[in-house]
Parts: sequence; structure tokens; C-alpha cells
Amino acid sequence: MQKYSLNVLMAAVAVLLLVMAQFKIIDNYIQAVIMYVGINIMMSTSLNLVNGNMGEFTCGHAAFMCVGAYVSSILSVLFFGNKFGDPIFPASMAVVVFPVIVLLGGAVAALSSILVALPSFKTRDDYLAIITIAVNYMVISAIENMDWIGGSRGFQGMKDTVWAMRDTLSAPWMLLWVILFTAFTIWVIRRFITSTYGKGVNAVCQDEVAAEIMSVNTNKIKTVNFMISAGLAGCAGGLFAHIVGYVNPQSFNILKSTEAMVMVYLGGMGSLSGAIISAVLFTGLMEVLRSAGVIKWVIIPLMLVLIMQFRPEGLLGNKELSDVFPKLKKFYTFK
Amino acid sequence: MSLLKIDSLTQRFGGLQAVSEFSVDMQGGELMGLIGPNGAGKTTIFNLISGFYQPTEGTITLDGTPTAGLRPHQVTSLGVARTFQNIRLWHDMTVLDNIRIAQHYRLGYSVWDSVLRGRKYHARETRIREIAEELLEAMSLTDVAMELPKNLPYGVQRRVEIARAMSVQPKLLLLDEPAAGLNSADVEDLIKLVRWIHDHFDITIFMIEHQMKVVTSLCQWIKVIDFGATIAEGTAEDIQSNPAVIKAYLGDDNI
Repeated sequence: MQKYSLNVLMAAVAVLLLVMAQFKIIDNYIQAVIMYVGINIMMSTSLNLVNGNMGEFTCGHAAFMCVGAYVSSILSVLFFGNKFGDPIFPASMAVVVFPVIVLLGGAVAALSSILVALPSFKTRDDYLAIITIAVNYMVISAIENMDWIGGSRGFQGMKDTVWAMRDTLSAPWMLLWVILFTAFTIWVIRRFITSTYGKGVNAVCQDEVAAEIMSVNTNKIKTVNFMISAGLAGCAGGLFAHIVGYVNPQSFNILKSTEAMVMVYLGGMGSLSGAIISAVLFTGLMEVLRSAGVIKWVIIPLMLVLIMQFRPEGLLGNKELSDVFPKLKKFYTFK
Repeated sequence: MSLLKIDSLTQRFGGLQAVSEFSVDMQGGELMGLIGPNGAGKTTIFNLISGFYQPTEGTITLDGTPTAGLRPHQVTSLGVARTFQNIRLWHDMTVLDNIRIAQHYRLGYSVWDSVLRGRKYHARETRIREIAEELLEAMSLTDVAMELPKNLPYGVQRRVEIARAMSVQPKLLLLDEPAAGLNSADVEDLIKLVRWIHDHFDITIFMIEHQMKVVTSLCQWIKVIDFGATIAEGTAEDIQSNPAVIKAYLGDDNI
């Protein structure tokens, strides 16, 4: 019972949200915020895998989100839209094909992360950070220069898929997919980092030389870790593209990467539950401060400065929620 | 076939000749010592054996397999484990995790298994945990299994590091100054521990050590190097009376 308590609770909350969305008890705005929370959870937990668990400093996470967003958008339009000719699949297939589209976007994003993984064999810290920024710019510039997908004007048409799903069965489809993919992300990451295989990532973080000498194939595990992280960010990108219905290369620039980093550092490096909590807090804060307009970009960086000053290890440090509040162990262990 | 055969190993870093023409042939089962003044190239030799450097010249053969071109983790999976002069445990993971991760090369499951967690994953993880717990029991570390190494006393950290190296299940164990920084009571324990490991696990041990007490009471054969070159070898008595060794350690008496 203890083992499943949180899962059951979360499933109940998810079902409740979906039911409320279905019967229009929560309006579109609240639904959108919930979906952004899900996407931000995916972004922060996946970045945490690299920045927290592996201890590398990557600041180009949005690049992989961008790859995922574009690949899944193109596939989506190709399969269900009219832009590239007649739709390949009938609209009734959208419900089944959509998760595959998102996963394919994630897979391509994972492959693109090799651009970062290969240099990471030899470089660390600041130098790798520079490489990741460069990759972020490379991806954006590459897409800006591809006219067949709109270049810097952006790309749209994937709402066709969303509408196709809605026409098949009237339900809050995007909310459902975001919830499922968020759960999937957490499930994958949690299982990966708690296995002895995945703990090799922590070993690389704490002493790379010792890890290599103690039979951990550091190059392989770095590549695997980067690919999982980027793949999940790619899935987040695919979902994001379909929620908004429009993607623009500049929406995945360094500012987006910074947002993901803020969430990781707010939650605490290497803490999965910290990354989830901070993603919820951060998204909430962004929405609360929406009315403040440009002042938002004063308050949020200021908050980051204050966190670094007074609690540099983040809200939870590298601990999980049940380590910080041991009483929670009665209900659930996060590790 | 010899377990470790090093043939005229030479390592240069730019103009510096760190190791020159070093040769050793260990049949298996020995407890050999490697001594020499600071900067003599002892740790470089260990780094070469464990694949951390690629030798400039010469060959290293482990159990019949040449190690040239292999990465350190591949060399380790051939059955070589080592400890470090300054303790290099993963300080923010429990002792048990430290021991478990060092079995990485024979986990026997893939990334997919770690996420999907089928029967193979559970069987392998259980086995890994069993091996780790048996080893901790044997090394009398069961009490500290769930502690973080950084919170343990230095002597215990040494013991944990040796246990971690042993969880590789090596044929050859390289100990890089295991007695460095230990007090005399800990040194006594260490001598007992190394001898016990040597007898109990029936493995070959090659150790670098500065404290003569440790070397003389443990090592059957000792090699002495200075400025990368082998200047003497023999049993403890031979070495202690060898004029070249005394000269290397104490210098010439005619100034």
C-alpha cells in the first residue's frame, strides 16, 4: 500500500482534472496552465538528469525541446494536415498516432543530443557549458534557415491533429497526453536513476576518474544520460508545439533554456521531487506575475539571486522530499 | 601463463621520462611491493597498468590479453582493480551503493531493462546486492553500509575503498599507498586486512607503499624504482641492505 500511495493519489488527481476539464468546470486558461506545469515538469526533471545527477553544466536544453517540437510538428502536418499534400492517415487514427509522433520527436531529439554527448567525453564544466550554448544556437539557426518549414516565421498546422483527435471523440486530449507524458517522464527518470546502472551517472558526477577505473563505461553512460534527457525534452517540445499550435525557433532560445535551469536550481540539484515541485512553483509564479509584464523579468532573476545567496543547494538540496520530511516515509519513499 | 606481464614499459611526458624500461612478471598469487622515493614514477606505473595512460613504449599483458588501446573500464573488466593514494570514493553515495556501482561491468542488463524492470533486471539487481552484502560482511563493514563515506573515519574509508576494489572481483589488486595517512593502530589493521584478502580471496596484490613496516611484513618481493628506472629488486632483507636503495632514499654521503 505504502508503495503505491502516491501513485494512486496522483492518478486520482489526474482523473479529477480530466473530468473537470471534460465538463468545463475548469476553463481553458486553467487547463493551459496545468499543461504548462506538465511540460515544465518534463523540462526540469530531464535537465536535472544532466545538471543535477551527472553534475555537468548544460545550458542549451531548449535546443532539444526545439528539435522535438519541430520534428513532431512536421510529422503531425505530414500525417494529418494538408500543407505537404494529402494527409497520410485518416483523421480517426490521430488518437493512436499522436503519442507516436511525440515519441518520434523525442527520439530525434535524443539522437541530436549526440552533438553534446561526444564533446562531453573530453570536456567538462564551463567548456561543456559553452558547447551546449553553441548547440542551442546551432539548432535555432539551422531551423531559421530552413524555408520549407517556415524559417524564422515559424511553423503551424499541427492543430489539425488536435482537432482530428477532438472530432473522433470529444475529450480534453492535450491535457490527457500532457499528464500521461509527464507521468512517463517521471517514471523513466526515477527508474533509471535508482537502478545500479543509472547510479553510474552519480558516480561520474562525484568522481569521474574513479568511475572509469571502477568499470563504469563513462562515455557510454554519459551518452545514454544525455540521450534520455534530450529525448524527454523532445517529447516536452512536441507536446508544447501541439498545445500552442505554432512553433517559432526563437521560442526555444537561451531564455527557454534558462527557465529550465532556474527550475533545476530552485528545486535542488539531483533531486527529482525537488525538480517537480520547483516546476510547479515556477509555472505558478510565471502566471501570477503575468500581469506584472516586464517586471516579471526583474522579479524572477532577483529570486534566483536570493536563492543562490541564502540557499545555494536549492529548495531540497540533493535530497528527495522524503529525506527532508522523514515523516512522509510513512506514506511513500521517493528513492 | 603469467597474470601480469609488463615488458620494458616506458612513459614520457614531453621531455620527462617518468618510467623507463620497467618490466615485471607476476605468475599469480604473489604479494609484490613497489617502492621508491617521491616522484619515482610508482603511481605512473599503476596508471599505465589500469589503462589510464597509454604507454609510450613497451607492452602490458594481463592474463594473456594485451591492454594496449583499452580504456580503463575495459582493463578493469579484465580483472584489475585499484585503490587511490588519496581516497577517491563516491562520497555522496552510501557505502553499499559504492560497492554496487563497482560491479558495473557485469551488471548484465541494459538501459531498457533498468527502465522496464523485467525479471532479468530484478534477478541481476538481487545478485549484485547479495555480492555487495557478502563482501561488506566479510570486510566487517556491514554496520556502515548505509552511511556516506564522507562521514566515516579515514581508516574506515580506506577499508571501504579496498572493499570497493574487491567488488570488481579482481584477479589483480593494485593498492596505491594504502597506509598513507593512517595512524599506527590502523596500519596494524591494514596489514592484517591485506594479508587476509590475499589469502582469503586468493588474489595477486601489487602495492605501492612508503611505510617500510607495511612493505617488509607483507611483500614477498619488492621492486625499487628511482627516476623511473628499476634500481633494485628482491626480498625485504635484500632491499634494506642494497647500497643503491640506501643511496636513492638517503642520498650520497660524500657531499
